[in-house]
Amino acid sequence: MTFFPPWPNCIVLNTAGKNTEITRSVLGAYRKPKPAVMAAKPKLWYFHGRGRMESIRWLLAAAGVEFEEEFLETREQYEKLQKDGRLLFGQVPLVEIDGMELTQTRAILSYLAAKYNLHGKDLKETVRYQSARANTWFFSKLCLPIRRLRSDAAFQPGGRGGDKGRCFLALAVKKAKTRYFPVFEKVGCGDPDFLVGNKFSWADIQLLEAILTMEELDASVLSDFPLLKEFKTRFSNIPTIKKFLQPGSQRKPPPDSHYVEVVRNILQF
Amino acid sequence: MAGKPKLHYFNGRGRMECIRWLLAAAGVEFEEKFIEQPEDLDKLRNDGSLMFQQVPMVEIDGMKLVQTRAILNYIATKYNLYGKDMKERALIDMYSEGVEDLGEMIMHLPLCPPDQKDAKIAQIKERTTNRYFPAFEKVLKNHGQDYLVGNKLSKADIHLVELVYYVEEMDPSLLANFPLLKGLKARVSSLPAVKKFLQPGSQRKPPMDEKNLEEAKRIFRIK
Repeated sequence: MTFFPPWPNCIVLNTAGKNTEITRSVLGAYRKPKPAVMAAKPKLWYFHGRGRMESIRWLLAAAGVEFEEEFLETREQYEKLQKDGRLLFGQVPLVEIDGMELTQTRAILSYLAAKYNLHGKDLKETVRYQSARANTWFFSKLCLPIRRLRSDAAFQPGGRGGDKGRCFLALAVKKAKTRYFPVFEKVGCGDPDFLVGNKFSWADIQLLEAILTMEELDASVLSDFPLLKEFKTRFSNIPTIKKFLQPGSQRKPPPDSHYVEVVRNILQF
Repeated sequence: MAGKPKLHYFNGRGRMECIRWLLAAAGVEFEEKFIEQPEDLDKLRNDGSLMFQQVPMVEIDGMKLVQTRAILNYIATKYNLYGKDMKERALIDMYSEGVEDLGEMIMHLPLCPPDQKDAKIAQIKERTTNRYFPAFEKVLKNHGQDYLVGNKLSKADIHLVELVYYVEEMDPSLLANFPLLKGLKARVSSLPAVKKFLQPGSQRKPPMDEKNLEEAKRIFRIK
């Protein structure tokens, strides 16, 4: 317990003009002063659509973290970000957080998962934690090929509804049903509540996202996977996730032709 | 006392080479069990040793780890090559991912159809000199330190130096305008464990040639 001189309950402006609030408990012991400024919200820079940013939005939403978004709508905006040196490799997603300008989706996800404790409660560098973390990486990475197929589908001639687009989407569903969902169904058997290390984790969120987006393509995709169905119901009802699933949240819709056009224009391909 | 890590892959670079580099740079001895026939791969799958039916797979600390990134992250954490805190880890991840993006392009080159190869090589060279090398040169210039993150060797330095070697194999002139990258390469290469790995007779694998490509295609049943 730390002890501080008996300041009255008041808001004091320090020289930087920020608020410092010092409180005093009834027993005369003093709590540590609160940080000067409320931590700024993470700020996401991306197109107004799912793409590679959606898994980051999911993670933040599930962790109950409010975030701001700047949407790229013109080539000029994008070029400005590059010229200002804010995109390490000239690419988005970009997330401003904790004084850093982070790019590379997996790097961002990993940082956020660690920060918001989505690798599980036990953060000690034990073998168990390390292996859980290793597992989280590969579970979450599983959803990537399916996601790639889905987003590639949108960019085929004719979009998702065109011949190639529909082919990609059908392949995504097939992979989900034959390669990935069976594994998760099996793992679910061993650990009924959570995917990794008995804690609500980043891997769980990614799996839920994958399930929901697959169901958008094929409503019966979970018909052979009762445990996954149960997982989906349970996780969809977690308050933060339930909120994110409601209309008006920052969740983005599937890519349509307008989105494809904006992205093509900005990235010039 | 735990045994040495055991690497399951075919006898070539592929997705296992970065893991070999990292273990070597960490001074960790490892064993390799080469997959030589498609049946060897089938056996690993049927044994349930491959969670998602894919290699690389590394047996380490009682686990059978798959997924290259998961394996790399585990090794890096275990051998203190992953920074001192979350923020350093974020930077290391960001840099490693960039290296991986370019590395992936180079790795897939042998599989590129012959009529697209020249265009692909041109694209790789362009990305190297306009996007990736400038980014890393800038990082090193901005802090003026010997290593990419936290003034200490990390997996990011090892992955980047490995990549520099591959770029040089392709075209040594690409490194011309990047003195700090050259410096990093020299510095990391002279670390005793890395120096040893760079010598003939080590477990480092040569570039993929026609024979190696045919072998990989046969084992993984790629047409």
